[in-house]
Amino acid sequence: MLQSAKLLDLVFIQECSLSCQDLRGTSVSKSGNESAFVEFERVQKSYDGENLVVKDLNLSMPKGEFLTMLGPSGSGKTTCLMMLAGFETATHGEIRLDGVSINHIPPHKRGIGMVFQNYALFPHMTVAENLSFPLEVRKIGKSDREQKVMRALGMVQMQDFAGRRPTQLSGGQQQRIALARALVFEPELVLMDEPLGALDKQLRETLQFEITNLAHQLGITVVYVTHDQTEALTMSDRVAVFDDGRIQQLAPPDELYEAPQNSFVAQFIGENNTLEGVVKEIKGNTCIVQLDSGDIIDAIPVNVAAVGDRTKVSIRPERVEFNKDRLKAGAHTLKAEVLEFIYMGDIFRTRLRVAGVDNFIIKSRNAPDQVRLTPGQQIEIGWLAEDCRALDA
Amino acid sequence: MTDATGPMVAADGRPLKASLNRALRRQKMRALLLISPLLFFIMITFIIPIGQMLFRSVENQIVGDVLPTTVVALDAWSVKSGEAPGEEVFFALTQDLVLAAERKEHTRLGSRLNYEDPGISSLFRKSGRNVEVMGEGYAKQFDALDERWAETNTFSEILADPEWLADAAQVETAADMDRFEVNEDAATYLPRTVAAYTSFANYMIADKGKDPAKSKPWNTLHLALFEDLRAAPEITIASAYGDMLRTAAAAVPTFETETLSASFAKIDKDWLDPDVWSTIKRYSPSYTNGYFLNAIDMEKTVDGPAWRPEDQQIYLTLFWRTLLMSMTITISCILLGYPVAWLLANLPARTANLLMILVLLPFWTSLLVRTSAWKILLQQQGVINDIVVWLGLVADDNRLALINNATGTIIAMTHILLPFMILPLYSVMKTIPPTYLRAAKSLGATNWTAFWRVYFPQSVPGIGAGSILVFILSIGYYITPEIVGGTKGVFISNRIAYHISSSLNWGLAAALGTILLAVVMLLYWAYDRIVGIDNVKLGG
Repeated sequence: MLQSAKLLDLVFIQECSLSCQDLRGTSVSKSGNESAFVEFERVQKSYDGENLVVKDLNLSMPKGEFLTMLGPSGSGKTTCLMMLAGFETATHGEIRLDGVSINHIPPHKRGIGMVFQNYALFPHMTVAENLSFPLEVRKIGKSDREQKVMRALGMVQMQDFAGRRPTQLSGGQQQRIALARALVFEPELVLMDEPLGALDKQLRETLQFEITNLAHQLGITVVYVTHDQTEALTMSDRVAVFDDGRIQQLAPPDELYEAPQNSFVAQFIGENNTLEGVVKEIKGNTCIVQLDSGDIIDAIPVNVAAVGDRTKVSIRPERVEFNKDRLKAGAHTLKAEVLEFIYMGDIFRTRLRVAGVDNFIIKSRNAPDQVRLTPGQQIEIGWLAEDCRALDA
Repeated sequence: MTDATGPMVAADGRPLKASLNRALRRQKMRALLLISPLLFFIMITFIIPIGQMLFRSVENQIVGDVLPTTVVALDAWSVKSGEAPGEEVFFALTQDLVLAAERKEHTRLGSRLNYEDPGISSLFRKSGRNVEVMGEGYAKQFDALDERWAETNTFSEILADPEWLADAAQVETAADMDRFEVNEDAATYLPRTVAAYTSFANYMIADKGKDPAKSKPWNTLHLALFEDLRAAPEITIASAYGDMLRTAAAAVPTFETETLSASFAKIDKDWLDPDVWSTIKRYSPSYTNGYFLNAIDMEKTVDGPAWRPEDQQIYLTLFWRTLLMSMTITISCILLGYPVAWLLANLPARTANLLMILVLLPFWTSLLVRTSAWKILLQQQGVINDIVVWLGLVADDNRLALINNATGTIIAMTHILLPFMILPLYSVMKTIPPTYLRAAKSLGATNWTAFWRVYFPQSVPGIGAGSILVFILSIGYYITPEIVGGTKGVFISNRIAYHISSSLNWGLAAALGTILLAVVMLLYWAYDRIVGIDNVKLGG
């Protein structure tokens, strides 16, 4: 949680924010769009004929994009990836690659590179043999093969390990080899199924960086599946948040964090405070919500249709203000009691009781002039109306 | 705890290694204690009997035990002389045989030698019945000379150690008597008689529980006495028996003599055949390689080991057939079992469990029932032939011979041993994640290439384990070939069983078994060298 907040401040990928506009354009574009490289059109998938694992999936990606499918387990994201790779067949709908329907093309003819969660390096072959396998089945000559293998190993700085067996390598090294193997036959599309899931945190961060760099350098299109939101936010051009077999929101990382479209996304991405209540009034792009405790707050209506609707109001902890001077005049405030103060180094994390809710969190930067709250203290909190989003109940 | 120069030491100053060993010893002892009941059980019921059985393949003490003096007397004789041995050998044979006949050992010896030279068995049986009359003529002549010779205690009075006699008079029952002790003087001038009486007396005490002094002496004693007295020894005995002996010695040259070789020839003229004697002589040592030579279709001859005539060679053919058919069965099992194991490992759990039950089902049915069922299916008027004829694939008068031959054995054994191939294969395949195949396909391999280059090499350890299991089981299989194999489809094990239970030639059975064991070990070793036993996996 902390990580994601910091990342937003610091590591935001510039390219991404530059391309956000046109990407948002494509995300709503009609299927069969000519600029789209990968397209899912009304795709459904059921394993047992009773339940849909993927419900009406529509997705279109331009060439060169790094798209992450993010979601809790069982949300259908891996199934989507497997359908794209050809290991699962769509029950309904069409999947297109570069404008051509690939529903009936077997996996080995799709020419899609893939990196698996457990690397899937062939244990009975050396690293070089593993890499040369896709080239051999494509009947590429021996000298050409060796050259390509060495180049691919060079990309992941693993030239010295060509003669080793996969079992003699560490997890990170194996993942590098798996990456090199997925790239060695120069596919235009590479799928990655939680490739860093089995690695420790530090290695994961290094490899995240390496993978995004390589993808951008080579100009390949990447579909990346993960359940780790930090990974999704730091690596991707766009993130598709999956839940219940649907894409809940498809947006660039900053938009996803700052402007979640529904309460699932708000809860799932980053840390979030939720207050429940009823919409009392909608005025243009602001509304007034009466919380269950009777308090009145300002919010912007995102996912509420009419006055009287129940809503979940979402506020990010770092956007909550308890210093009265910084609050806009006339803004609604709430009384709060400090329950717990946690010192976390760069930030302070304070747990409050607000409007009958005990786990309302606020975060404040550890600045020289910052106030440290003490448990039992009675304070008043508030926020800018645009930081408070009234979402579906 | 370490210093730069010496070995590591523990906190108390002892070497660390010793401390570690001491700490581990308790654990090891406890571990050993846990397995000791099984170890004990296996030792008693398995390892020792097998060791004994294998020992029989070289053991050959019966000839030396039953015919001790004959074997010694035969030393000087050679089959190359072209005629039967001399009278002294027949004398020894008479002495040995009369004891053997009393003990009923001559038939066992006969059966033993019969393996090497058919016909000897009846020779010994007949001779054992008739040997007791040999020397009867002498007994009558001695009795006629002095009636004391007819008394039962005369021989023991002359030949026994006086102290032994005194002790013998004290015991309550004859069975408690000590072993016979000879009179040293008598032994110098009546050596044969002393030897003969010793075996008589000991037999009476130990086997019959009778006092030898109260038992009627065997005629062979008189025969030995006659031989001793004929040499005109100086008789030094002081008692009244001295005169009696001297009288007898003087009378002996006038006795009507009996030629032992002729008496034996009258029982069976084979006793004059040098080959019979050659067989006895060749098998007189306590240990023999004869069984092993037999087991590989060779025989012991005077000139050393030689091949048997072609029409008598069976074992090498049988060994070769056993190996070949076991290999065929193993390969059939791989071909049939691999796809099933694949299905088991890759189907959804529910279906796989059902399939697994089907695979295991044969285990729950008696082996005999399964094999007999094959008999019904495979016979000429059986189900399979009926179907093939009905389909018109085969003419009615030309039905397939599927049973009582090698085909029947291979079909039935493949079916019976199939689970032993499927289970190890399955447990290895279960550990190969399906992602490998997916990875291979995503890299552009066709289904076949993905299987052959990626999946198959990883399943080889399972094939290895299954093959070893099936091959070793089939090489020693007995029941199924016995029932469905006829004559052309039997294995070496059937021959071993025949020798164990019908011909009772346990030595040959043991030799065949030892060779079979050695062949299996050799193949196992070769497998280890070529494939590596580490590559054998039964799962995990």
